[in-house]
Amino acid sequence: MSRAFSLFLVVITLVLVGCNQRGADTERLLLTGSSTMAPLLTELAIAFENQRGQTRIDVQTGGSSRGITDVRRGLVDIGMVSRSLNDKEDDLQAHLIAQDGIGLILNTANPVVSLTDQQIVNIYTGAADNWQLFGGANEPITVVSKAEGRSTLDLFLAYFKLPVADLRAHIIIGDNEQGIKAVAGNAKAIGYVSIGAAEYSIRAGLPIKLIPVNGVQASTDSVSSGLFPLSRPLNLVTRVEAKPGQVSSTTAADFIRFAQSDKARALILRQYFVPPQG
Amino acid sequence: MYRHKVDIKFVGLLRLLVMLAACIVLLIFGFLLTEAWPFLFSEHGGQLFTDAVWHPTTGQYNLVPVILGTLYTTIGAVSVAVPFALATAIFCQFYAPRWFGRLYTSVMEVLAGIPSVVYGFWGLVVLVPLVASWQGSGASLLTGILVLSLMILPTGTLLAIAALKQVPSEWIQGSYALGLSRWATIKNIALPASGHGMLNALLLQSTRAIGETMAVLMVCGNSTLFPFGLFEPVRTLSANIALEMAYAMEMHRAALYSSALVLMVMVFILLFLNQFQNRLESTANGKS
Repeated sequence: MSRAFSLFLVVITLVLVGCNQRGADTERLLLTGSSTMAPLLTELAIAFENQRGQTRIDVQTGGSSRGITDVRRGLVDIGMVSRSLNDKEDDLQAHLIAQDGIGLILNTANPVVSLTDQQIVNIYTGAADNWQLFGGANEPITVVSKAEGRSTLDLFLAYFKLPVADLRAHIIIGDNEQGIKAVAGNAKAIGYVSIGAAEYSIRAGLPIKLIPVNGVQASTDSVSSGLFPLSRPLNLVTRVEAKPGQVSSTTAADFIRFAQSDKARALILRQYFVPPQG
Repeated sequence: MYRHKVDIKFVGLLRLLVMLAACIVLLIFGFLLTEAWPFLFSEHGGQLFTDAVWHPTTGQYNLVPVILGTLYTTIGAVSVAVPFALATAIFCQFYAPRWFGRLYTSVMEVLAGIPSVVYGFWGLVVLVPLVASWQGSGASLLTGILVLSLMILPTGTLLAIAALKQVPSEWIQGSYALGLSRWATIKNIALPASGHGMLNALLLQSTRAIGETMAVLMVCGNSTLFPFGLFEPVRTLSANIALEMAYAMEMHRAALYSSALVLMVMVFILLFLNQFQNRLESTANGKS
């Protein structure tokens, strides 16, 4: 309750701040949406601000759904949405800026090196509940899954053709970071997170490893080559009919062009995402 | 009644502030109600208690496991924390040397000031793996109860010490003078006389445990299936809101506001219990 209310206060405050700044010299741009995309967009925003000056960009998370809702309500000019738009969302326009893959992670103490899609389905539906079945230790499996409404969960379910009601998870997490910590702290755990975030944590020395999906190694390279099956587009989303006379709409358009330019590529790679080809 | 102009102004100001504070509670309640309205008063309303599970994205909204999770963690945490708080308070007040009591109180004050996220993080990186090496996934009702009880213990102890301090010292000295032993004094004089303050402390800490979010979210596992044991994951109402609210749309969102409403009603019930008990106490005192 208190969290929801403070969220409400934050949104109201930002809207009010936004109103106040309309007349000022500084142009403001607010982005909301996917927590996967937020760190990347924060970096892009800083680069854009430095290049342009007199522009201030704020990035807030809240999930792809929030990005879409906020753009529709006109609260923000750009939403961050880490999936493709569906048929019901034809009032919105997607601008692809990068690709992200979802990888399955295990603790490095776990001897299992690969799982077939069917085995993963069995684990996540509770049909297989011991690592012994897959050549591991005689230990129960701790299944880590994402909370409902998150696009990572949606993509995971869509790829493995699972209805959400069939999932039998022991730990339900919010963001990638929490999932990585859950697997790093538990040798019996299996989870799925953004490959970029997983690679970053592996480099930081956390005891987790990515396993292949359908025989394809999970890495930013295989996502970039388009081979990795469990991947998703990272989109910036705007309304198709942006109202004329909106102060920041040109800034928004400039920012999207910047995010798709060559200058952005290095920043995208540095966040372990994959810039679109061509 | 108020002889000075200053008094009148001051009372007016106080009244205004009190009204404002009361209005905020009403506003929050009204806000929750309007947000939950589309869910509660649609064909889905009854589903909160009749559906098979909580799968809001597929239109299933059973909140009972989550309500149970909240009750279990709260009752568990309070019943773990109360004996410790009581024992420590009695020790500090009656047995320990004065300097030790003071030191202990200040340590408790520091502990009470630690943000809940820190407790949660400690639970996640230390307690969860520890429990996992023993039983199950580690993220469970037990871990939640342990972290929560640790969080409410400091304030609980401080309130219990304060309640014991409220007992008139003449009573204690009188009891000693009559030749009663220390334990007999505690049992027959100090505890009954401070019972009211103790109960207040209990209810206050229960409301804190019920509303705690971040720490619980990090260590409880947050599964929405019915919890059947100490080592199974549970989700509390507050964690439910924190986990899903940011990502929820339409009916799912309204259902989450309904769960916030349920949480608020639970807290209200606790506060009313407190009020009721206070009133009972004062009428009892009036008669004697």
